[in-house]
Amino acid sequence: MEEEKIRYLAHLARIQLSAEEVRSLNCDLSQLLDYVGQLKSLATEEVEPTNAVLPAYNRFRKDEITLSLPVEKALANAPDKMGDFFRVPRVITERKTNE
Amino acid sequence: MEFEVVIGLEVHTEMLTASKMFCGCANRFGGSPNSQTCPVCLGFPGTLPVINEKAVELALKTALALNCKINKDNIFARKNYFYPDMPKNYQISQFEEPLAVNGCLTDTATTNNNKIHIRRVHMEEDVGKLIHAEGRDYSLVDFNRAGVPLLEIVTQPDIKSPAAAYIFLTNLKTILQYLEISDCNMEEGSLRCDANISLKPVGQEELGTKVEVKNMNSFRAVRLALEYEVIRQTLLLNGPEKVNLVQETRLWDETSGKTFPMRSKEEAQDYRYLPEPDLLPLKISDQFIEKTKDTIIELPLARIKRFIDSHQIPAYDAGVLAADKNLADFFEAVVRLGPEPKMVSNWIMTEVLSILKEEKKAIGELNLTPESFREILMLVGEKTITAASGKEILRLVIQTGGNPKDLVAEKGLTQISDTESLEKMAREALAQNPKSVEDYRSGKKNALGFLVGAVMKQSLGKANPKMIQDILLQLLDAV
Repeated sequence: MEEEKIRYLAHLARIQLSAEEVRSLNCDLSQLLDYVGQLKSLATEEVEPTNAVLPAYNRFRKDEITLSLPVEKALANAPDKMGDFFRVPRVITERKTNE
Repeated sequence: MEFEVVIGLEVHTEMLTASKMFCGCANRFGGSPNSQTCPVCLGFPGTLPVINEKAVELALKTALALNCKINKDNIFARKNYFYPDMPKNYQISQFEEPLAVNGCLTDTATTNNNKIHIRRVHMEEDVGKLIHAEGRDYSLVDFNRAGVPLLEIVTQPDIKSPAAAYIFLTNLKTILQYLEISDCNMEEGSLRCDANISLKPVGQEELGTKVEVKNMNSFRAVRLALEYEVIRQTLLLNGPEKVNLVQETRLWDETSGKTFPMRSKEEAQDYRYLPEPDLLPLKISDQFIEKTKDTIIELPLARIKRFIDSHQIPAYDAGVLAADKNLADFFEAVVRLGPEPKMVSNWIMTEVLSILKEEKKAIGELNLTPESFREILMLVGEKTITAASGKEILRLVIQTGGNPKDLVAEKGLTQISDTESLEKMAREALAQNPKSVEDYRSGKKNALGFLVGAVMKQSLGKANPKMIQDILLQLLDAV
């Protein structure tokens, strides 16, 4: 694996890595991938992809309304709140203005 | 250089279920913030989603109405992304093995049988709503919408003009409303549409550089944004710097009537879809398909055809009526009570539609039952009142909720059709307008119109105009 990929994955997972951590993760992940990579030697052309391992399907619920949490409870674990809202650092996809 | 326009649409519509997609919280617009949330839709650890059967039914119904091929083996997928509108940091959606693929929608607005192909129809959950306060360094989150059942409908890049995109959306909306899948209220966000648009030189196979346009909050805005893009892209492609046309996402700005590139901190989107391990596979049985097919009522295309064939009304009228299910239901309810269909459709097409437009209301919100409407048409048909009085009574019925017959009596609008009274009025009119009488007798036949008008005015519009004309003619020609 290349360190570039490690940095990309870290970015996707929003994890900050030092240069040293990138090096050691690169080493660990490469070993893991090699190990799992042994599976590639199996002939799987005829095998359906396994999307679920339980021998069951179609677990439905009826379209019925159940009780929601009281707002105080819903917000109880929030790191930050304001009134009845969760509050988060400002995130907005804005348009560029330089056009 | 001349270009062909290539447009594909991606429509999201919230489905009309009572509860959310994977939990029992209410699916309702307008509740106070975070009052419709629970551990499942807030993504608390250890909770598990369970599929709402009704949502699957509605989605399947739509897919069948859009002539899709139904995938019997469905799986759900996690779409991972970082944006605080989803507490789980992923949205449960479908990626591989969506509910349905390869459908089509036939245009009912024109008679050319134009078809737009549907690439896929899949189920997912809606996300929460963010409120960005102006000038603040925070955003507020309301998760009431998080987990509401959402249907995504994606077309093939089949649409050849902004106007055709508008027509497609109108047709799709009609079907969604007919089947009671969605109320399609764009202002409340229950129907949303993004568009992909590219241009290519006429005749070229290969597609041009694609631009995604978002943030349109009406069908009109979709058309305007696409029209703007056609001009912008044409200018760029014909200009000296072809490199300027880049693949990007742009936002429509209603106020300026332009699109602007979206600033995005993400480089390429990488959603890392993976099969949702918390949900069992969803199998759609033949029995489920057949059962759902039975619930599909007559769709607009078939209804238009039936209106033309069995009610003998013009194709244009049939199209307008069928485009609004409630209006078409109203038309049929009135016709079932007896009046001549052509008369019913004429009165709806002119009077009722203009009242709806003036009052900005839908037929269901109007104080008008099929019974009262039929009554008014009968009063006009039997010549108890004139058409003009009928129109007045229609408005009065809507305003007061009163009974047409009572209102006619109350307003004294009963048409005067007895010969004696009419002759008296005619003689008076002749006596009061000697100049017109002279004009008529000296060959100016259009003086008759003036005399008829004089009687109508005198009778406050109640005189039977046809009869008064005959009587005036008799009197004028007699001497």
